[in-house]
Amino acid sequence: MNKEKQWPLWEVFIQSKTGLPYKHAGSVHAPDAEMALQNARDTYTRRGEGNSIWVVPSDAIIASNPADAESFYEPGNDKIYRHPTFYVMPEGAKHI
Amino acid sequence: MEKKNPEDSFQVKIDAEEKIEPKDWMPDEYRRNLIRQISQHAHSEVIGMQPEGNWITRAPSLRAKAVLLAKIQDEGGHGLYLYSACETLGISRDELIEQLHSGKAKYSSIFNYPTLTWADIGAVGWLVDGAAIVNQVSLQRTSYGPYSRAMIRICKEESFHQRQGYEIMANMAKGTLEQKQMAQDALNRWWWPSLMMFGPHDTESAHSAKSMKWKIKRESNDELRQRFIDKTVQQAEVIGLSIPDPDLQWNEQRKHYDFGKINWEEFTNVLNGNGPCNKQRMANHIQAHQNGAWVREAAMAYAEKQKNKKVPA
Repeated sequence: MNKEKQWPLWEVFIQSKTGLPYKHAGSVHAPDAEMALQNARDTYTRRGEGNSIWVVPSDAIIASNPADAESFYEPGNDKIYRHPTFYVMPEGAKHI
Repeated sequence: MEKKNPEDSFQVKIDAEEKIEPKDWMPDEYRRNLIRQISQHAHSEVIGMQPEGNWITRAPSLRAKAVLLAKIQDEGGHGLYLYSACETLGISRDELIEQLHSGKAKYSSIFNYPTLTWADIGAVGWLVDGAAIVNQVSLQRTSYGPYSRAMIRICKEESFHQRQGYEIMANMAKGTLEQKQMAQDALNRWWWPSLMMFGPHDTESAHSAKSMKWKIKRESNDELRQRFIDKTVQQAEVIGLSIPDPDLQWNEQRKHYDFGKINWEEFTNVLNGNGPCNKQRMANHIQAHQNGAWVREAAMAYAEKQKNKKVPA
């Protein structure tokens, strides 16, 4: 197979309403950014699902490795004082 | 630290209903099974555009034509969601298309039947999409994350497909005698192939056991087929059409319909390339792909040129 001929892959992120975070929807193939946006629109927003779309070249995404998850997130695991429930509040105190 | 066998930890995850994501470790056979199933599913969506496309220019009203166009566009979209999910397993789109063209990858045998009359468009929506929905609802809970997400998206869109098909059948069934006969004829021809869509009986199904253990499939072929039959019989009654199966009968004990023998010889025959439209479907796909080659090349060349222009600035 001639791999050179395949259009590059883009990851598609869609914001469904202003104020909400962009969410990964899937991917599309396209020769350039403009067509990637149009293809993403046609593929993932045929029923008004999108207010705004990001397309990102797939090879520009750096992902963490699930196999390393244990050591990667380890530094955060023992710091329970980052959670509000860690603290002892005097009885009777309100709105805190 | 003790080293666990990766396949054991994998199964623990599956059993705990955790989804498997693209970068997670997975057994090679799980990956191969998924590629086979998802690509077959994607190819089915895309090849399925052909029998319906047959009626775009002859749809009986502007409304019917707009609806049919939107439905076929959805099928193309569903194919793309699924190709996108399949590519996360490390296979390229080109390889997937190549496997379809070489016959290594299959698509659902149902799309090798012709759509002879407008009523067939009704029957395809009602029965073929109806059967697909039963299968896809179950697959929303499949263990592979990207496949599951594609299924959820597809199910949201698919119910319009079934309803538009049923509407066509209902309208024809209450039309002239000739129209009603046309609707009945379409039901007669599509009923059995629709039941075959769920695949061989559980005892005969080659890939089922592993797929169930790995939760790629969540329910067996026979369970899904029964669910489809139980739902559809009532819908046929409502519009006054009869299911072409003399053995169809409510079984009070089982709380399910009993039904007649499926002609598996026909199924195997169509699957092996001898259905009424196999050659035509594949020839169309190959031709469309080849005819589009210059467009893909030109778009790529243009993109390269634009990129090079920007560099000196």
